[in-house]
Amino acid sequence: MQIAGGVPKGLSSMAEYSALSIVKNALTGNRDWKPAWRKPEPKPAYDVIIIGGGGHGLSTAYYLASEFGVRNVAVLEKGWVGSGNIGRNTTIVRSNYLLPGNTPFYEHSMKLWENLSHELNYNVMFSQRGIINLFHTPAQEDDHARRGNAMILQGVDARFVRPPELKRRVPALNVSGSSRFPILGGLEQPRAGTARHDAVAWGYARGADRRGVDIIENCEVTGFVREGDQVTGVETSRGRIHARKVAVAVAGSTSRVMAMAGIERLPIESHVLQAFVTESVKPCLDTVVTYGGGHLYISQSDKGSLVFGGDIDGYNSYAQRGNLPIVEDVMSEVLELFPAFAKLRLLRSWGGIMDMSMDGSPIITRGPLPGLYLNAGWCYGGFKATPASGWCFAHTIARDEPHPFNAPFTLDRFHRGTVIDEKGQGATPWKH
Amino acid sequence: MIIACPFCGPRDLSEFTYCGDADNLAARPDPAATDQAAWNAYVYDRTNPAGEHAEIWQHSGGCRKFLRVVRSTVTHEIESAEMVGPKA
Repeated sequence: MQIAGGVPKGLSSMAEYSALSIVKNALTGNRDWKPAWRKPEPKPAYDVIIIGGGGHGLSTAYYLASEFGVRNVAVLEKGWVGSGNIGRNTTIVRSNYLLPGNTPFYEHSMKLWENLSHELNYNVMFSQRGIINLFHTPAQEDDHARRGNAMILQGVDARFVRPPELKRRVPALNVSGSSRFPILGGLEQPRAGTARHDAVAWGYARGADRRGVDIIENCEVTGFVREGDQVTGVETSRGRIHARKVAVAVAGSTSRVMAMAGIERLPIESHVLQAFVTESVKPCLDTVVTYGGGHLYISQSDKGSLVFGGDIDGYNSYAQRGNLPIVEDVMSEVLELFPAFAKLRLLRSWGGIMDMSMDGSPIITRGPLPGLYLNAGWCYGGFKATPASGWCFAHTIARDEPHPFNAPFTLDRFHRGTVIDEKGQGATPWKH
Repeated sequence: MIIACPFCGPRDLSEFTYCGDADNLAARPDPAATDQAAWNAYVYDRTNPAGEHAEIWQHSGGCRKFLRVVRSTVTHEIESAEMVGPKA
């Protein structure tokens, strides 16, 4: 299958950012750096308009221009680039899925991640420090073995980690057996890791801009221009803009934006997910750890802060802030795994709005109207998918048909009985 | 968030269990109906509004009554909470 990357092209040959350019610009007082992207006025018409200047919208624009030869593209962003979920997540990248519908897509994303800094000539600080999903009961161990085997069968790396190795690898972890849910082991994906989320948005924005894409910030879409059913453009706070194709990649705001196109009901609910960061400490956790007795994922940033999150709050919300029961829940899970972290002070917490789909899997598709394309339903998992989401969405927009990687992620799968329910939870989006 | 349970008074969010969109739950097709499209719409499709949202909560850590709560999904402000069901 065709995979972007491999041979770096375009930007890399320019090597605008390099050790040499740092020295050269230092000698001239750092006055000659170009802005990472332009601030263009919107043109009256484009081939493709992408609504949403987040990770997925920007990566879609980048791959449209770099892989599919569509350069007359505008990205419309209501706020500023990276102001939404791309800057609010816990930065985890992994492809440790069970179901055949998910694995090829997320593994494609992983392969794009592995070459992303090189391809973009922008350091996204992708660090393959591994992820360890802990298990605490024999039944959970079987379940993790099943998923690990499914991963290996689909060409993804997976291995079991037992408590003696866990103790060595994650010294702060309580593997004493005295905890409420003693740790029996973990399923590791060694190639998983973390990346600097803002840099991903900025790198894609810069890469898209250098290829001719107009990134238009402070431009809110207020309506759709229609000829019959056909979508032919958008009304915005900066005037009407026409386009042959309009693509929506607005995560938690999907229902709001699609309602403007007359799509009143979607298999999506918006929910608030909180994240937390502590004060910086010396390196003490060099992998990503998830808790199997509840829902917690934790890693240490390069600045030294512990970054973690847990469940969504569990009620519909567009508020970008959550409530205290989940805070208490997440903190208790951190201390269950890492008792020593009780001494740390929490610096910040915040919320992002998840577009929770009815089966926990995304939607990357043409439609539901002619001229309209939809990328949504990312639940907790949008960040890791950023490269493949953009790549597959760009393919779908440019060729008017999905790539096999995103062919299962249709909007009508819910009505056709072909849901991809990784967790087997059913149509209760707040439980995915 | 504090929900004013009509039976127990104002109680903390942690005592309640969310059960989803009240208008959607109220629009369940007749169990004997076999209209596939209507069932699909009921099971999977939501209006997901930003703003006023009617939803069902159970006071699971209290009187265990089911409540119809009208709440803003933008501010989390609760407008009303009423009992629902046959014994409401």
